[in-house]
Amino acid sequence: MTLSVPAPSGTPHTVADAWRRQTSLRRLYTVLGVGLLLAAMFGSMWFADEANAGHFFDRLPHLLDFLSWLVPKDWNDVWRALFDIASPHDTGTQEFNFPLGRVYVWGAFYVPEYFELMLITVNVALVSTFVGFIFAVPFSFIAARNLTPHPALRLLVKRFMELLRAFPEIVIAGLFAAIVSIGPIAAIIAIGLHSIGALGKLFYEINENIDMRAEEGLRAVGANWFERVRFADLPQVLPNFVSYTLLRVEINVRASTIIGAVGGGGIGEELKLSISRGFGAKTLALVLLLFTTIFIIDQFSAWLRRKLVGEQAFLMGA
Amino acid sequence: MSTMTADEMLSIEERYPQVFRRPAYKRYGPLFLVLGTILYLVYAMWFFSLPQVLRESHWDRLPLFLTQWISYDLQPEFRLDQPEITPKYPRFSALGDNPNPDWVIKNPDGSFTVLIDGPARSVTFNKAQATIVAHGQTVPVSLTSGKPLVEGQVPDWITAHDDEVVARMGFVGEVRVTVDRVKVRKRFLGWANFVFDTRSPFFGKPAGEVISLIVSGPELKPGTSNLALAGDNIWNNAQWQHGDVWTKLLQTIVMAFLGTLLGGIVAFPLAFFAARNITPSGALGQVLKRFFDFMRSVDMLIWALFFTRAFGPGPLAGSAAIFFTEIGTLGKTYSEALENIDDKPREGVLSTGANGLLVQRYGVMPEVIPVFISQTLYQWESNTRGATIIGAVGAGGIGLKLWEAMRTNSNWANVFYMVLLILMVVFIFDNISNFLRRRLSRTIHDYNRIQARQG
Repeated sequence: MTLSVPAPSGTPHTVADAWRRQTSLRRLYTVLGVGLLLAAMFGSMWFADEANAGHFFDRLPHLLDFLSWLVPKDWNDVWRALFDIASPHDTGTQEFNFPLGRVYVWGAFYVPEYFELMLITVNVALVSTFVGFIFAVPFSFIAARNLTPHPALRLLVKRFMELLRAFPEIVIAGLFAAIVSIGPIAAIIAIGLHSIGALGKLFYEINENIDMRAEEGLRAVGANWFERVRFADLPQVLPNFVSYTLLRVEINVRASTIIGAVGGGGIGEELKLSISRGFGAKTLALVLLLFTTIFIIDQFSAWLRRKLVGEQAFLMGA
Repeated sequence: MSTMTADEMLSIEERYPQVFRRPAYKRYGPLFLVLGTILYLVYAMWFFSLPQVLRESHWDRLPLFLTQWISYDLQPEFRLDQPEITPKYPRFSALGDNPNPDWVIKNPDGSFTVLIDGPARSVTFNKAQATIVAHGQTVPVSLTSGKPLVEGQVPDWITAHDDEVVARMGFVGEVRVTVDRVKVRKRFLGWANFVFDTRSPFFGKPAGEVISLIVSGPELKPGTSNLALAGDNIWNNAQWQHGDVWTKLLQTIVMAFLGTLLGGIVAFPLAFFAARNITPSGALGQVLKRFFDFMRSVDMLIWALFFTRAFGPGPLAGSAAIFFTEIGTLGKTYSEALENIDDKPREGVLSTGANGLLVQRYGVMPEVIPVFISQTLYQWESNTRGATIIGAVGAGGIGLKLWEAMRTNSNWANVFYMVLLILMVVFIFDNISNFLRRRLSRTIHDYNRIQARQG
């Protein structure tokens, strides 16, 4: 569907006719496209509903029942769960054993369990983003069309990064869980490898759009590849690199919660447990903590990115 | 460049103080950033007790697992304490009910020879002695003294335990010899019984024979055509579960498609109310934007867990989770795209006296629709990848199957099969989405060019 139409010629009548034909054809295409999309949508809905354990219309009336377990008997339990303070409702069950999870740091001073778990999740995200950044930067210079030392190398690195990006994180996590034991290290490796691919792609696309004059200047005085990259290219792209890395931190916090839920440790695991057993107060505390953390990290990173590269950072929500 | 005098240098320094006398925090900022990063990494190493984890990790398992991705092994066992030596295969071995492989040879004198990699790597044994051949050496093991005894020098590829002699032959397998049995593990490259499993009547037949059976053979199972039977056998292959895997894969695709599309449909009208240049009411815009932030920040995992509990495990839960997250993500990106539009077409339509809805339709939508579609396609692409992983918490699709196959640590070939399928799907959908987005950006480009030409 292109808009470059040859300039109309002929009487106004034929021009109007041609225009009418064109619009009606386009309208037909639009209607057909939307019809196809709707058919696919309803087909998918039916398929998803058929394959699900509970069906949509059977479960819909019970949606509120399901929410009712979330409402704790005593709203203060949410705070108690969050800060590991003993609850008067404690009957020895797992639902109210808040003080059990305290992580004592210094004498009577303790870090509440959920904050410790959240810290693990955030640290997994930060370390894996760092791993991604460290490897993605050199890869991106090799993979950029205008900077690559050798075209064959470029193709190789590009394919490798594509593979890292598309490879399901959960498989890498599962593989390394069997090697370094289940826990945050396997999650770091999985998310880190994925970050290399994801950041590398964004980075080399930035690299391909740089101003080559500085590079030419350095080439003229005889600088080698490393010197050119370091002094001509890196200063141009670093703010953008950092901006995308910050965006990656946001994505990785979410990824590390999810990997956590399937055995990577951290807050995801606890959340999964708490929701599947129906612990209202604990679930609310966890959701509150996770929501607040992600919200703060998102806002902080958005603010920092805006400072670094201005509104440009938000044009493509990569 | 000609040489400078000291005076010239000084004068340059005086003229550009912002270059030569930068404030300390700017000059040392990068240094502190690097130091801070190093400090953080040291802290992280301590936090995750990295040295200890690395010490206790089993890196030797990695090559083993990786070979299991693309190979399978057969483990015949030979009892020596019975009157006659007979090979025994584990139940459900890849060879089926009547194993008679050509690499297990019964010699005329009652002894057995197992070719692990031709005669160069093999083992020949009777009740009194086993002879292991590998790496160009022939090592006899005597079994008569109550425990296996390696005669002569023990090569480094053989480990002689008290009651067992283990001979490692690399990728192709290993031999374990004790007084009363010989155990062989022979490894084959490839996937065993990928098309027909051992219960199928087509099992073990060469491809040509299977085809001729399907085309013109007598009915193997009365009442069903051979083609239907073959299809049914492949679909229900017990080891590879093709039917289940492909259904789950389709579920994952459907989850991403449905979630993204519904998210887009709901976010579309909301974005108009959230955009500050289109809806004058600041309060409504703020409320909607915070709502988008909320939907995004609650996170796909939390939505997935909630909906799994509400609807039960399955693709419905996954679709709903992606749907809720996408309302936030797409609502945010849509409203940002709306805030960046050119106001002139809108004013033009407004000046003709069109009402509010018509202004949006003819003054705003032509400009933003390509951007909207492009962003939706991008999200669709990224959700196709993400849907795998939320499946693992019970939200349907191939994720759970993948996770279960991995947890047993024995089914890596199945894992690799599913990974290949996922990679294929991701690759196809990336290309579709890239193609469509390129077409769209060309449309945007053409539109801009025509505008520029017409002034």
